Amino acid sequence: MKDELMGLINLDEQTETLGDLSRLRPLAAVPFAGRYRLIDFVLSNMVNSKITNVGICIQNKYRSLMDHLRSGKDWDLARKRDGLFILPPAYTNNPMQIQRGDVENFYSNLDFISKSRQKYVVIAGPEMVTNLDYREALAFHKHTGADITMLYTKGKCNTHDCLGTNVVEMAANQQVISRHDSKPSSDYQDISMKTYIMEKELLIQLVKDCIARGDYDFIKHCIVKNINKYKIYAYHHQGYVARISSLQNYYKYSMDLLNPQIWKELFFKSGLIYTKVKDEPPAKYMIEADVSNALVATGCYIEGRVENSILFRGVKVHKGAYINNSIIMQKCEIGPGVILNNVICDKDVVITANKQLKGECNYPLVIKKGQVI
Amino acid sequence: MHKQKCVAMLLAGGQGSRLGVLTQQIAKPAVPFGGKYRIIDFPLSNCYNSGIETVGVLTQYKHFALHNYIGIGSAWDLDRIHGGVYMLPPFVKEEGGEWYQGTADAICQNSNFIDRFNPEYVIILSGDHIYKMDYSLMLEFHQEKQADATIGVIEVPWDEASRFGIMSTDENDHVTQFDEKPIKPRSNKASMGIYIFNWPVLKKYLLEDEQDESSTHDFGHDIIPKMLSHKRNLVAYPFKGYWKDVGTVESLWQANMDLLDEESELDMYDANWRIYSSNPPRPPHYTAATAKVKSSIISEGCLVYGEVNNSVIFPDVYIGAGAVVKNSVIMAGVVIEDNVVINKAIVGRKAVVKRGATVSAPPQQHNKQAIVVVAANMIIPLDSTIGMSVSCRTNEELCGKEEDES
Repeated sequence: MKDELMGLINLDEQTETLGDLSRLRPLAAVPFAGRYRLIDFVLSNMVNSKITNVGICIQNKYRSLMDHLRSGKDWDLARKRDGLFILPPAYTNNPMQIQRGDVENFYSNLDFISKSRQKYVVIAGPEMVTNLDYREALAFHKHTGADITMLYTKGKCNTHDCLGTNVVEMAANQQVISRHDSKPSSDYQDISMKTYIMEKELLIQLVKDCIARGDYDFIKHCIVKNINKYKIYAYHHQGYVARISSLQNYYKYSMDLLNPQIWKELFFKSGLIYTKVKDEPPAKYMIEADVSNALVATGCYIEGRVENSILFRGVKVHKGAYINNSIIMQKCEIGPGVILNNVICDKDVVITANKQLKGECNYPLVIKKGQVI
Repeated sequence: MHKQKCVAMLLAGGQGSRLGVLTQQIAKPAVPFGGKYRIIDFPLSNCYNSGIETVGVLTQYKHFALHNYIGIGSAWDLDRIHGGVYMLPPFVKEEGGEWYQGTADAICQNSNFIDRFNPEYVIILSGDHIYKMDYSLMLEFHQEKQADATIGVIEVPWDEASRFGIMSTDENDHVTQFDEKPIKPRSNKASMGIYIFNWPVLKKYLLEDEQDESSTHDFGHDIIPKMLSHKRNLVAYPFKGYWKDVGTVESLWQANMDLLDEESELDMYDANWRIYSSNPPRPPHYTAATAKVKSSIISEGCLVYGEVNNSVIFPDVYIGAGAVVKNSVIMAGVVIEDNVVINKAIVGRKAVVKRGATVSAPPQQHNKQAIVVVAANMIIPLDSTIGMSVSCRTNEELCGKEEDES
């Protein structure tokens, strides 16, 4: 059996990325696209690439993530041989130590990495929402003879989402020359997907070297610092990529899904996207329902008007309600006569009768989880 | 084996020949229902929700799809270390073997299986009905009445009573008489085909019945009348709520339509009594700006550009712009191209209805209209009109690639 690639999902995040949506949950557990959480995409891509050994380096606020993943069964990762491994952060071993960076997490889980049977490892994060097969990048990696292959996408970044975005500069043969922060521009840039493929032994070496030098940031210290030391190549992933890095672009990329071309590519292209199963019945449209240009998940019950919006599982929309340009998460209830425009309701929000809430198209109004308004 | 108080035996071997082309490739309990389910999801989910975690599923007719679907029972949380779900097709013994001759024979041939769990009670269920029922309450009732057998009954309209097995009872719910499809019913309490027996008593009757050459080896025909004639303590457990036999095309269609009712008696949205099923990994469905959807249920992965009214849409269905789907059940993976008209139809899995085609029976007297059934994988040509049911047998030229329905 050809089983040469293992997965490592890195949940280290530096900033409060999505405001209230990520205040009480890691970015990986932020709900997206009507029924998923962000981690479902990277996890499903790994499973669809026939990776059966996946470690998830968790950082903090991980209760909701554990609840979501459980045994990994819904991703077909509840296995006797390999499967899903939750790798605790370094500070749980040494609570007095200051948390500095993700390399420490890798280092404290080196046992898992070195014990794994696979020769290669792909390291990726939950912020890149895409549908890809890592085996194509691995083939590129072998073909170029690179030490490290990093994935990039051609994209634009604006003032809202340039922060934390890196541009990859390459020679004609795709070898990486430098990597720097990107600047807002209307031109396409070669943006790093923060996804790396290398031999497992090299990863172990990089991590040990970093720790020995007192370094702690995987991308900065293990990869970028070594651009001249190792052969690093860049692989162009041609598909659709949503880079979730701010509330604004979370909202924008969510709305992108109302384009059926993007919907088809993201959910069907190289494999299906798996998520925790909920056993909700199909969505029910009542006689008064008026739905146009919307994504509607299972378990919804619609009596009102929904336009240009996304309804997650189990949302109830009462008569006379009007939801426009909004994202309504799981189990929300939108009361009769309510008008919502450019609003993101986190899970379990109840909006009582006749309320009117409005955000702006470049600044959606977020209602915190469980609020009753 | 761990002792179980109550073992469920689910009769799922029915051919369902009255469902016509819908059961050409699959057994009746595997027939899709309600936008994502199969009929057998209802008794299996009822078992799980009632705390019965040992279920034998007796299969016979075209069992592959059913075995494949149920697997080890994970979808219903019935993949248990002790107990769980067991598939029980007919099997060959030292001195040959034979098909299940009747419902009672099916249980009798598996009495060794039941003995493994040494249960006090056995509940017999069928895979033909749509209903939500707490079997644990029926078991309590059975114990309270110190019955030898308890039969689930439901009150049906008097004018329909002659279609059912009818129980006459006294004021203490004791069964005094049982009539199979009586011309003049004495009562309107119809047997639901759900029985709880004390296992030692049932076993005795099954072994006796096996020796009786005149017997048809059926619970309703043979076992219950015999127990009655022996003055055994038989009680009727009155069930109230939605219960529907979906044995015919008409009743299957009607049961699907019942789900669309604003005050549907069958609450699929009750989180405390979920109907479990296998869940396809599909994204939420997309309802386009050109779509008009009313009084319908729609499942995952669909793309809807046309008009959907009073219909049940399974996963992965495409409904093109200008298409009108009314009063219909559209099963998984069906493609309905632009400007198609479908009215009062059941369209089987992965059928393709090409642009401009019409699938609808001509209206008859009293506004009655027949249901058109389009078999799985059929291809309805451009601009054609289909006014009656079609399948590969009747319309070979419309036959698409035959695929297994599992």
